[in-house]
Amino acid sequence: MSTIVSLPDQATARIPKRNYITNENGLLSWLLTGDHKRIAMLYLISITFFFFIGGAMAGLIRLELLTPQSDLMAADTYNKVFTMHGVIMVFLFLVPSVPATLGNFCIPIMIGAKDLAFPKINLLSWYLYLAGGVMVLTAMITGGVDTGWTFTTPLSTHFSNTNVITTGLAVFIAGFSSIFTGLNFIVTIHRMRAPGMTWFKLPLFCWSHYAASILMVLGTPVLAITLVLVVLERTIGIGVFDPTKGGDPILFQHLFWFYSHPAVYIMILPGMGVISEVISTFSRKRVFGYTAVAFSSVAIAVFGFFVWAHHMFIMGVSNYAVLVFSLLTMLVAVPSAIKIFNWAFTLYKGSITFETPMLYAFGFMGLFTIGGLTGVFLGSSGTDIHLTETYFIVAHFHFVMVGGMLMAFLSGVHFWWPKMTGRMYPEKISQLAAVVTFIGFNFTFFPQFLLGMLGMPRRYAAYPPEFQVLNVFSTAGASILGVGYMLPIIYLLWSLKYGEIAGNNPWQATGLEWQIQSPPLTENFTTIPIVTQDVYDYEWLERQKEHEVTHVG
Amino acid sequence: MSDLHAEHEGHEPEQHAEHHIVSPMVYLMIFGALLVCTALTIGASYLEMGPWNPVVAIGIACLKATLVVLFFMHVKYSSKLMKLTVGAGLFTFLILVGMSLSDYFTRAWGQW
Amino acid sequence: MSDSPAIAADAGHHGHDAAHPPYLRHHFISMEQQTETTTFGMWLFLLTEIMFFGGLFTAYLIYRNWYYPAFVAASHTLDIFLGSLNTLVLISSSFTMAMGVWCAETKRSKGLVWSLIATLVLGLGFLGIKADEYHEKYVKDHIPGHLFPGHAFSPVGFVHPDQEALKGGEKPLAPDMAAKTEVYFSLYFAMTGMHALHMIIGIALLCGMLWKASRGGYMDGHIAFVENFGLYWHFVDIVWIFLFPLLYLISRHS
Repeated sequence: MSTIVSLPDQATARIPKRNYITNENGLLSWLLTGDHKRIAMLYLISITFFFFIGGAMAGLIRLELLTPQSDLMAADTYNKVFTMHGVIMVFLFLVPSVPATLGNFCIPIMIGAKDLAFPKINLLSWYLYLAGGVMVLTAMITGGVDTGWTFTTPLSTHFSNTNVITTGLAVFIAGFSSIFTGLNFIVTIHRMRAPGMTWFKLPLFCWSHYAASILMVLGTPVLAITLVLVVLERTIGIGVFDPTKGGDPILFQHLFWFYSHPAVYIMILPGMGVISEVISTFSRKRVFGYTAVAFSSVAIAVFGFFVWAHHMFIMGVSNYAVLVFSLLTMLVAVPSAIKIFNWAFTLYKGSITFETPMLYAFGFMGLFTIGGLTGVFLGSSGTDIHLTETYFIVAHFHFVMVGGMLMAFLSGVHFWWPKMTGRMYPEKISQLAAVVTFIGFNFTFFPQFLLGMLGMPRRYAAYPPEFQVLNVFSTAGASILGVGYMLPIIYLLWSLKYGEIAGNNPWQATGLEWQIQSPPLTENFTTIPIVTQDVYDYEWLERQKEHEVTHVG
Repeated sequence: MSDLHAEHEGHEPEQHAEHHIVSPMVYLMIFGALLVCTALTIGASYLEMGPWNPVVAIGIACLKATLVVLFFMHVKYSSKLMKLTVGAGLFTFLILVGMSLSDYFTRAWGQW
Repeated sequence: MSDSPAIAADAGHHGHDAAHPPYLRHHFISMEQQTETTTFGMWLFLLTEIMFFGGLFTAYLIYRNWYYPAFVAASHTLDIFLGSLNTLVLISSSFTMAMGVWCAETKRSKGLVWSLIATLVLGLGFLGIKADEYHEKYVKDHIPGHLFPGHAFSPVGFVHPDQEALKGGEKPLAPDMAAKTEVYFSLYFAMTGMHALHMIIGIALLCGMLWKASRGGYMDGHIAFVENFGLYWHFVDIVWIFLFPLLYLISRHS
C-alpha cells in the first residue's frame, strides 16, 4: 500500500534538544504553565482518565443488559451507573475532548501565534475542569446520582435522594472551564493571526473551532443559571420549576436544552475540523468547497440555537412550537450535509492513502452520516413520538457522538501525535485498532437501532426476554469496542519512548504547525511567520521541498 | 452572512481602531439623561395605559441600556467587531426569550 | 504564489531583545494588539453574563404572563422609594466609574482615586439598601422556600391584606393565585441576588484597584484593568436598569 509518510533518516535523526517539553522541568513547571501546548497535554491526560471511567460505566451497563433480568445490579444502581456514564462522557469528555486538547495545541500554531490570547485563563480553565471532575468523582464515590445526565426536574429537585447538588455544581464549574476555552479561542482567532493569515487562509480546523466557541460562550451560561436554580430549589425550596408552587418543569427543559442542544454541536464541530484537515492531507487535495465548509460551520453554530425544543416533542410543548422546531431542525441537516458532500468531493480523484488518521476519518464519515440521517427521523415530530426515549435515540446519539466525535478525536490524536511528541506511533497496529474500533462500534450500536424500532425503552435495567438476542450482540460488540480503545493507549504510551523519530512534517501536510519542529518550541515560532501561501496548498509545499533540496542538500 | 464576511475582511490584526477618549461633558449629559429616564419610567408606571404600561417600561429601560452601552461602555467609538459582538449577544438573548415564549403563547391555541 | 518560505524573516516590531513596555506580554506583537485583545475578551465574557441573566429573564416573562395578578400584588409590597433610590445610586456609581476611566486615560491620579472611592461608597450603599429590603422580606415571611425556620414563605398577607394595604387600593387575591406570589419572590430573590452577587464581586475587585491606584498605579498608560472593570460595572448597572421596572414597577397605577 502506498504511503505518504516521510520520516527522517532514523540513524541520524534526533528529537530537538530544546522544545516545549524539555524547556522547563519539574511538576510545578507543568502545573503553573501558561504554554498552550503543555495545557493541551494536561487536558489530554485528564480527559483520557475520565474517558476510561465513563467507559467502565458503559461496560457495566452493557453487562447488566446481557440478560433480561436486572441481576448484575439493582435497578437504582443501574440508574446511577448510566447517569455517571452520561455526566462524565458529556461534560468531562465530549465537550472538552477535541477543543481543549487538539484545539489548544494546534490553533495558536495554525494561525501563526505564540500562544492563546489569555494563557492564564487557559490554565484556569484546566483547573476548573479538574475541580469539576473531582466533584463528579466525589459524588460518584459517596453515593452517585440517579437523575440521568439531564437533571430532569422535579426528579432532581424533589424526589431523588442522591448527590444532585454536588454533581450539579460540578457541571456548573466544568461549564465555566468550557466558557473560558471558547472565549480564548474566539479572541485568539480574531486578534492573534500572523501577518497575511486572512480569514480565508485559516485551516478549516480553526473555522470549526471558532463556530464551536461561539456556542460555548453563548450557550453554557444558560445551563449554568439553570443548574443554580435547580440547586436553589433543592436546597431552600424556591419555586421556579416546582409544579406544586406554580412553576413549570417544562421551563427547565427549555433552559436545559437551550444549552444542551448546541452542546451537541460543541462536541461535533471540532471533530469536523479534524476531519477536514485529515481528509485533505491524505488525499493530497485542497478541501473541495473550502468557503462552503467554512461557512457551514458557522451556519451550524447559528442554526444550532433554533432547534432545541426537538428534545421536548413529547413533553407537553405546544403543537405549534413542535411544528416550528421540527421544520427548523431540518435546516441544520443542510450545513451538515454540505460538509459530508464536500469531503466526499475532496476524496474524488485525490491521491488517497490509508494511514490511521484517514481510517478513523472514513469511519467518521460513514458513522456520522448514519447518525445524522437517523436524526432526521427523530427531528420529524411524527416518528419522534414513536422513537423517542427508546434505544433508537441511544443508538442515534452514540453514532454521532462515539461514531462521529470519538472517531474524529482518535483521528486527530493520531494525526498530531508526531507533532505533539516528536515520535510516530506504530502504523500497523494502529490501523488494526482503527478497524477493530469500527467493527466493534457497529456491532454495539447497530442492534440498538433495531431494539429502538421494536420499542425497547432506554434507562431500564430489565427488559422483555424477546429483546435478548440483539442485546447480546450489542454487549459482544462493546467488548470488541473496549479492545479497540485499549489498544491506542498502550501503543501510544509505548511510542513515547520507542516510536520512530517523526521529523517536522511526516505527513507532508501544509498547515503552519507542520512547518516547525516537532515537538515545537515553547514560543512556537522563533520569528512570527508571514503567510503568503494559500491554505491546503500542496504545490507550494512541493516547491518548498525542491527549494530545500537545491539550497541545503 | 455577507455582514460577517465584510466584518472579517475589515479586521486584519494589524488594523486598530484608534483609542477615543470620551469627554466628561458627554458622561455628564448621559448621566443626566439616565436620571430623566428613571424619573419618566417611575412616573409612567403610575399612569393607566393598559397594555402600553409594560411596553413603555421596557422601552425606557432599553433606551437607558443603549445609552450606557454606547457611551459609558464606549461602543459608539469602538471597532465594528465590538458592535457585532454586542449585537450577537443581544440576538442570542432574544432567541432564548422569544423562542421559549413562542411555546408558552401557543399552548392555548388548541389541538388539531 | 511566491516562493517565500512560510517562516519568513522577522516581522520587524517584536522580539524579546527589542525594548518593550514591561506589561506587554510575550505573545503579543504590540501594545495596541494586547489592549484590544483584552477588551474583546471582556466583551465576550459580558456576553456570557447576558445569557446567564437571560435564563432568569425568560422565566420571569413566562410566569409574569401566567400569574399576572400575583405578580402585581407581590410587586406592590416592594418599597418603590428604596427601589428608585437604589436606581439613582447605581446610575451615579456608573457615572463615577466612567469618570474614573476618563481620569485613568488622562493620567489624573487624584481624580482616579476619588472616582473609585465614590464608586465604592455608592456600590456599598446600594448593597446596604438592598440588605434592608431583604430584611423587610424576612420579617414579612416573603422569602421563598424554607431557608429560615419559623419564617417559611407565607402568602397569607395576599389573601387577607391588612387595613393599610386595603386603603392603598390592594385587592385580596384568591388563595390559589396568592400562592403564586412565591414564584414572583423566587424570581425576585434569584434575580436581585444574582445581581447583588455580581456587585459584591465587583466591589472586591474595586478595592484591589483602589489600593493600587492610591499608590500611584495606572498612570503609565496601562489601564486595561480599569477599562475592563468599567465595562463590568456598567454591565451590572444595565442589569439593574431592567430589573427595576420589571420587579418594582408592575402596574403601580391600580
